[in-house]
Amino acid sequence: MAKTYFTSDHEWLRVESGIATVGITDYAQEQLGDLVFVELPETGKKLTKGDTAVVVESVKAASDVYAPVDGEITEANGTLSSDPSLVNSAATGAGWLWKMKLADESQLAGLMDEAAYKAHIA
Amino acid sequence: MTGDDSKHLPLEDIHTAAGARFGAFAGWSMPLTYPAGVMKEHLHTREHAGLFDISHMKLFKVSGPQAVALLDRACPLDAGALEISQSKLSFFLNEAGGILDDLIVTRLGDTRFMVVANAGNAVADEKHLRELATTFDVTVEPLDRVFLAIQGPEAWAVLSRAGIETGSLLFMHGVEPRKDWFMSRSGYTGEDGFEIGLPEAAARDLVTKLLEDERVLWIGLAARDSLRLEAGLCLHGQDITPETDPAAAALMWAIPKDIRASGAFIGADALRAAVERGPPQKRVGLKPEGRQPVRAGAALFDADGNPAGHVTSGGFGPSAGHPVAMGYVAASLAKPGTRVFAEVRGTKIPVDISSLPFTPHRYRKG
Repeated sequence: MAKTYFTSDHEWLRVESGIATVGITDYAQEQLGDLVFVELPETGKKLTKGDTAVVVESVKAASDVYAPVDGEITEANGTLSSDPSLVNSAATGAGWLWKMKLADESQLAGLMDEAAYKAHIA
Repeated sequence: MTGDDSKHLPLEDIHTAAGARFGAFAGWSMPLTYPAGVMKEHLHTREHAGLFDISHMKLFKVSGPQAVALLDRACPLDAGALEISQSKLSFFLNEAGGILDDLIVTRLGDTRFMVVANAGNAVADEKHLRELATTFDVTVEPLDRVFLAIQGPEAWAVLSRAGIETGSLLFMHGVEPRKDWFMSRSGYTGEDGFEIGLPEAAARDLVTKLLEDERVLWIGLAARDSLRLEAGLCLHGQDITPETDPAAAALMWAIPKDIRASGAFIGADALRAAVERGPPQKRVGLKPEGRQPVRAGAALFDADGNPAGHVTSGGFGPSAGHPVAMGYVAASLAKPGTRVFAEVRGTKIPVDISSLPFTPHRYRKG
């Protein structure tokens, strides 16, 4: 059963069997505006919580998306290379950014659930 | 976020009601985007008509028996050769020939001119003009106006529907259609369009009328920037600065030939020397390969890895459909088609020198 977590940096993580699918929230994509480029990570890259995992670029500016927990990249969403606007149109679905194998599942305890995140952006 | 000390547009309530997202620019709290978003706003302007609040820019009226003499001293300009209603791009230069600001000067009458200055330089421009004016019989009057731009192929049609006829006005001409109004056929998008300075009450009325027309959409500063960049137009403070002269900036076309040779404007000697030497670096268009934008500040390198210049403006061109940028490169590399490399987050991205504009200008010249 997948469970979804949120960070105060406006990322979401859907965790299933030790693998987290990570993206940015609808609130975040709205703040960024129309994306024109996503710099994706290489599979196998090891990240520590707080490392830059992905750079998303809007018409105006480039923004870092940080690793919300420690882990190793298992897949990047290659579809975004040709269609970065998927992050805008389907931030929590087809616009996911990367998947990572969690190094320490106990780090998830420090993240928010959906209700807490909604309160955070309210 | 904008600080408490930033200036607010007179029509801010209208922008807030329209759902604008605000940001700081040149000391002003400005609408950056509206709910349509930068991409749609940009494309709408090229297809229909975009409405911009540019009241952060400053209008100065320069009048008096020596108005021509003052402007000829302040700018590399032959103000006396302008026809009534003719506008010209010009500059305030420093003694070293560096660009203090770029301006549009319009002749309203024999001894009356309108000068439109950039927001970030307005205070310094006024001081500069006033200091110069002390030795001339001339009055410098900053005007308290709302300043609107209506840009795009349908700009003239939506103005006509709002009761403003523009038929005989050609590109780079400006008139005073009503008391305390100034309207020029010009802009910062590469499209046909108009800039209108007018009192606040009249502006509220005009905006209401324009927005009743579905061809009109508010356009924020983000799209204004991508539109002007595609059009190859400079942003002062980025693409041109007090450290760049018009020769390096590839803007000598704005200076009449006889003025280049014999004008007595501030910075004339330095500019002549710079032209004589040939600028070491030149402003060029830059087209990055692929989809990754190259932004202002990125360093440029030649094929051998030697420093070759830097990017001064960069982003994505929604109409061009690819990243677009401008910058300065060594004069030997300035020919269109030359390949250089921009460093972005440690990676060198191939970038080709490109002729400007990226999107063809569609001005109404006659």
